[in-house]
Amino acid sequence: MKMLMAGSGALFVFYVLVHMYGNLKIFAGVDAFNEYAEHLRTLFTPFLPYAGFLWLFRVLLIAALVAHAWSAFYLWSRARGARTTRYVAKAAARATVKSKMMRWGGVALLLFLVWHLLQFTIVKFNVGSLPAEGNPGLLVISSFQVWWVVLIYLLALVALGLHLYHGVWSATQTLGWAGNAAARRRAKTLGTVIALVTSVGFALPPLAILFGLVKGS
Amino acid sequence: MNLTLKIWRQAGPKAKGEMVTYPVTDISEDMSFLEMLDVLNEQLNARGEEPIAFDSDCREGICGMCGLMISGKAHGPEVTTTCQLHMRSFSDGDEITIEPWRADAFPVIKDLVVDRGSFDRIIQAGGFISANTGSAPEAHSVPVPKPKADRAFMAAACIGCGACVAACPNASGMLFMGAKITHLGELPQGQPERDARVVNMVSQHDHEGFGGCTNIGECSSACPKEIPLDVINQLNKDLRGALMRGE
Repeated sequence: MKMLMAGSGALFVFYVLVHMYGNLKIFAGVDAFNEYAEHLRTLFTPFLPYAGFLWLFRVLLIAALVAHAWSAFYLWSRARGARTTRYVAKAAARATVKSKMMRWGGVALLLFLVWHLLQFTIVKFNVGSLPAEGNPGLLVISSFQVWWVVLIYLLALVALGLHLYHGVWSATQTLGWAGNAAARRRAKTLGTVIALVTSVGFALPPLAILFGLVKGS
Repeated sequence: MNLTLKIWRQAGPKAKGEMVTYPVTDISEDMSFLEMLDVLNEQLNARGEEPIAFDSDCREGICGMCGLMISGKAHGPEVTTTCQLHMRSFSDGDEITIEPWRADAFPVIKDLVVDRGSFDRIIQAGGFISANTGSAPEAHSVPVPKPKADRAFMAAACIGCGACVAACPNASGMLFMGAKITHLGELPQGQPERDARVVNMVSQHDHEGFGGCTNIGECSSACPKEIPLDVINQLNKDLRGALMRGE
């Protein structure tokens, strides 16, 4: 169960890094961004149909998401069942925010994921003012010119960063790869680096758009 | 020193418990925490009240019998067992909350006494080596590398007090289990049963209703024997290997 958790989590780490690479394309201009989006859909054609690779990848991600969330809720309920009478006083000796926020942070990320997919993949509603019909690059720019959209994303990125920070280290421990002090240090450093790179990398495009550094035209 | 104690009182396993406040006076800072409770119990006895039930045995920090949640910390503020905690770690006028270990796998028997039989059953599921009885073999006939011997000894220091479970937000027993897995897994004598041991112990652990580890580290901080978190890594590694080999 916990290995399922760690394995599916590792896939997400890989995915968010690729996703971030795609987002940073916005700095190369709307056209480059759109070209990249189109490229994802034509990848491996004609061996696969249009958007075939993308759908294979999505199916994999959905399977991993189901596995990750299901094992999380299973472990959560088991942990709750393991102490049905709570302490009157309980002081944490060293539990950090990031480790305690794994569960609620995960739930927050799940809610954010729903919002994010509705906004940019399924419904593609446009809360901004630029005409962005059929143009993903412009839709991104139009959306992030709205301050509260940027705020939602920044909050989600904080949650993502904390989740990855503890998650990466925790996964190495669960898979038994952190057996000595040096390996443990490496695992924690890796967690910190991945968390920082992803949250900062994802935060750059929305902030740049909000402050007018990247414009639609 | 004078203190205010808030203590969990529960008449029996099925009874409903509650926190009761007891003031204690003239406590010496050289007393151990349990001696302080002994003083309170003598006063309760003198008044004809039911004394507070708590576990203790050796009172020198090596048996693992005692264990109280003291103001939210397993074994209190120092890195030691409850019996080796002294009143000098507190100051005059302090209010101290005293609760039993809270875990469904450790049901309360009375007041502050819990049943840690679940730990025994985990050990029975695989925390041993099978050896024929008879005269002891020559010690030098089985060489053990020094680093492995040291690590096994470090893990073997676990006294099974249950502070790890008490401190864990998930009430997981994985530090306890990891210590035994590491102890026996580092030694040649532990090898024949290594795969079966980890699978059976984990299965018993889950069956007893302990939670799972989320690598927070509260257990290791609470451990009076300072067992490090990496024994859980060892446990996970052994489990992964055993499952892959089809145990």
